[in-house]
Amino acid sequence: MSAHDHAQNDHGHANHGHGHDDHHDAGAHGSMGSYMIGFGLSVLLTAIPFWLVMTGYFANPQTTAIIIMAFAIVQIVVHMIYFLHMNTRSEGGWSMMALIFTLVLVVITLSGSTWVMYHLNHNMMPTMSHDMSQMP
Amino acid sequence: MASASPIDPAFLDKDGNPLFHLAHEPHHPEGSSTMLGFWMYLMSDCLIFACLFATYAVLGGNYAAGPGPKDLFDLPLVALNTAMLLFSSITYGFAMLAMEKNRVGATQGWLAITGLFGLAFLSIEMYEFAHLIHEGATPMRSGFLSAFFTLVGTHGLHVTFGCIWLVTLMVQVAKHGLIPANQRRLMCLSMFWHFLDVIWIGVFTFVYLMGMLR
Repeated sequence: MSAHDHAQNDHGHANHGHGHDDHHDAGAHGSMGSYMIGFGLSVLLTAIPFWLVMTGYFANPQTTAIIIMAFAIVQIVVHMIYFLHMNTRSEGGWSMMALIFTLVLVVITLSGSTWVMYHLNHNMMPTMSHDMSQMP
Repeated sequence: MASASPIDPAFLDKDGNPLFHLAHEPHHPEGSSTMLGFWMYLMSDCLIFACLFATYAVLGGNYAAGPGPKDLFDLPLVALNTAMLLFSSITYGFAMLAMEKNRVGATQGWLAITGLFGLAFLSIEMYEFAHLIHEGATPMRSGFLSAFFTLVGTHGLHVTFGCIWLVTLMVQVAKHGLIPANQRRLMCLSMFWHFLDVIWIGVFTFVYLMGMLR
């Protein structure tokens, strides 16, 4: 039984390796069309945020900030797909796994740092009066 | 239990006992894991930048009564810089397409153009830094400027090494042609180069554009 399992595994592995090689030859680079689509989208997604900020299109800076953040996220996804050729199949899904793991760490690092340091700054304000009133 | 199950003779040793380990190491062609390994490197590099972005997010408002983003940043110059990096990305893409068609001359040409755009980006960045330092906005001036120079400078350093790597590969291709090893190296640099462009999206949005909104 064990030996039979083994045979299955070995076979599966060989197949996997083969499919993987095929993929590398066929679709790892993208085409002229996909590069041009990616480039066009990037130009658009870069130009609009610059234009919004330089002309001060929205009176409220908060609105502009949220919109340019959204543009940045979309442009990062565009670069990932059209320039870095990311998909769920490349390297048997492992590059996508690594990317998701990294994104989780990046979100924890960014949100955690700003959250903790904001509260630290807030609680260590020199103007907080009760600190002094409790002095003997 | 009563009788032994039939086993493929390939999985029996010469005494007829079943094998429980691989008789031969599975064959991995040379460089088959390079792309995944390089992707792992890029992801760890991404974490370095995440830490620098977090530092900037925390310190970016500490001007120490010094100049702020609105006094220092020149958006048209940043837009020009962004355009340089974006053009270099698409020309590297053209180099990869030429490489696929096995055209050495076209590959080298597009690589050279990519390198020139990279150098243009670096020159503009150096000009910007020199200008800031001349105005007294040095990294020592405030927490904001320390975080700014560290984040943008680290990105610039990556682009510098990317340019050195690009020249190295052009020499390699000139010497040995588009052999599989060189194709693999060019694909690694392609990932590195596009990755730096992705980081730059974060820099110009988060540092420059958001800085002007503060």
